[in-house]
Amino acid sequence: MRKMLLAALSRVLQGPAAAAGRTASRVVVASRNYADFANEATFEIKTCDLHRLEEGPPTTALMTREEGLHYYKTMQTIRRMELKSDQLYKQKIIRGFCHLYDGQEACCVGLEAAIKPTDHVITAYRAHGFTYARGVPVREILAELTGRKGGCVKGKGGSMHMYTKNFYGGNGIVGAQVPLGAGIALACKYFGKNEVCLTLYGDGAANQGQIFETYNMAALWKLPCIFICENNRYGMGTSVERAAASTDYYKRGDFIPGLRVSTRWPVYCLKRLLVFTGWDRVKLQTLCVIFPLPKGPILMELQTYRYHGHSMSDPGISYRTREEIQEVRSKSDPITLLKDRMVNNNLASIEELKEIDVAVRKEIEEAAQFATTDPEPPLEELGNHIYYNEPPFEVRGPNQWIRYKSVS
Amino acid sequence: GQTQKMNLFQSITSALDNALAKDPSAVIFGEDVAFGGVFRCTVGLRDKYGKDRVFNTPLCEQGIVGFAIGVAVAGATAIAEIQFADYIFPAFDQIVNEAAKYRYRSGDLFNCGNLTIRAPWGCVGHGALYHSQSPEAFFAHCPGIKVVIPRSPLQAKGLLLSCIEDKNPCIFFEPKILYRAAVEQVPVEPYNIPLSQAEVLQTGSDVTLVAWGTQVHVIKEVAAMAQEKLGVSCEVIDLRTILPWDTETVCK
Repeated sequence: MRKMLLAALSRVLQGPAAAAGRTASRVVVASRNYADFANEATFEIKTCDLHRLEEGPPTTALMTREEGLHYYKTMQTIRRMELKSDQLYKQKIIRGFCHLYDGQEACCVGLEAAIKPTDHVITAYRAHGFTYARGVPVREILAELTGRKGGCVKGKGGSMHMYTKNFYGGNGIVGAQVPLGAGIALACKYFGKNEVCLTLYGDGAANQGQIFETYNMAALWKLPCIFICENNRYGMGTSVERAAASTDYYKRGDFIPGLRVSTRWPVYCLKRLLVFTGWDRVKLQTLCVIFPLPKGPILMELQTYRYHGHSMSDPGISYRTREEIQEVRSKSDPITLLKDRMVNNNLASIEELKEIDVAVRKEIEEAAQFATTDPEPPLEELGNHIYYNEPPFEVRGPNQWIRYKSVS
Repeated sequence: GQTQKMNLFQSITSALDNALAKDPSAVIFGEDVAFGGVFRCTVGLRDKYGKDRVFNTPLCEQGIVGFAIGVAVAGATAIAEIQFADYIFPAFDQIVNEAAKYRYRSGDLFNCGNLTIRAPWGCVGHGALYHSQSPEAFFAHCPGIKVVIPRSPLQAKGLLLSCIEDKNPCIFFEPKILYRAAVEQVPVEPYNIPLSQAEVLQTGSDVTLVAWGTQVHVIKEVAAMAQEKLGVSCEVIDLRTILPWDTETVCK
């Protein structure tokens, strides 16, 4: 059970504007109201490990049928998109670096469901899932991977550098995005628009110095920065036990309160957390009474797992066994768990979910078709966008006789 | 002596093997070096010399170099690996402000001369922003450190051993595109190639071409083309040590 959604209080209390915003950004799911389907179901959730927090989020979560179908479709889309990327990479249609997110879909889908499109997200290089969750269509993601001009960054970014509104990538250097996240949070606070910034990093990055510098600044200035450590147990090829003196990544913030969501537990919707930290502006008035926490950063560790290796050049089995991967796939796969829960609680039927699978496959195939046939960005544009608003200048190419013009 | 066909990463492994054998205080550390390294430069060393001499560090470049400086100051020979030259920037402060200035600021009481930092360097075709950089220029103006870039396996082993033995902190950049591509007969026994000495690969009278690392091979082709098509006689020099560089050979 990697993904359960709460929503009880939130949905009830959520203003009509917020609900409309959320629906608009959601994929339209056919509203078939079969008489024999339940509309919602409540799920029990294990308590999570807490650090400097007296009480944790509530132990039950409510998920509606509609939400469940949406999560299922989104996670399945990401899963198939990553598998398609794997295929295209092996066919050498995608070159360079490719870090796949399959196995971890619950994280981005759960987090995205909890925040608003006006909130901000920044993450590291394993970013395809977030790029999709933040609103970039699959065809633009795949076209970016294949380096075509239809890609979301015009083909110049590639796998690690995908961006969209309120999604700041897509960053190659490990840990470098964390101070940036705090900066975005500062801007949120400064502009007074009541937005938050989700700043994600991995278990390997958790040992970088700049992260601790960021914890300090975020706590000192009470920035609306939510640190999220996606702990998939391996920093490239090094297991967490061999890299970290303390594998309690949720405690690493020391003076920053933290909580850990374990694998056996549904990835918690941040909605709950936002309420918790007091950053959820909709509920501030009503719920800050129940959870009177001072505003400030919070750290959440998500225990998750990736099926692929670190990148496409890593087979992923030299530092872990195939049995381990199989075990996670069979016991904790987020999509399977969600499917089981929905079917067992009569929120959907297997056929309905199969239909979603078929639709997703079709969408991915079409996107892949676009990504392989779209033309590459024209060579004249190679040197563009180095500076802004500067007169055009010449950029040296791979040898002295090739020059590109750089137009701002 | 006896030679063996080796490519660049094998010559590096051979150099490190010789260094660890000769100097009992030598230690190698960095990200993922224990299993052999992402470019296989340290394959077999942990099994041969033990896990307290070849070990992994967590993911923290600034920490790795700072730690390496400490190891060197205390008297052991530190061979630190930065996984890609592109990641050396968090450690830039440690290198420029700590390592380079240690001997000077302590009036020669202390020094981190036993420090050598190795990093894969240069473009490789698919590296993009963060696996292709050549940052030697950033270090080329920092007195106190030495920057060395070999062009081939034979050069690499001799230069690396010289760096390790040199009593100054050295940064050794290894052209990653040549790791497998360049193959030569390399002596199995240790040998040194002097630092701060450029090598004239081809004499000429009209123009001097200076290069280092991968570009040396390109420049040699250019010189041949210039001779053939333009009748220009080129002198080709491999700088080898970027800092302090051999002004005499180049200017002569």
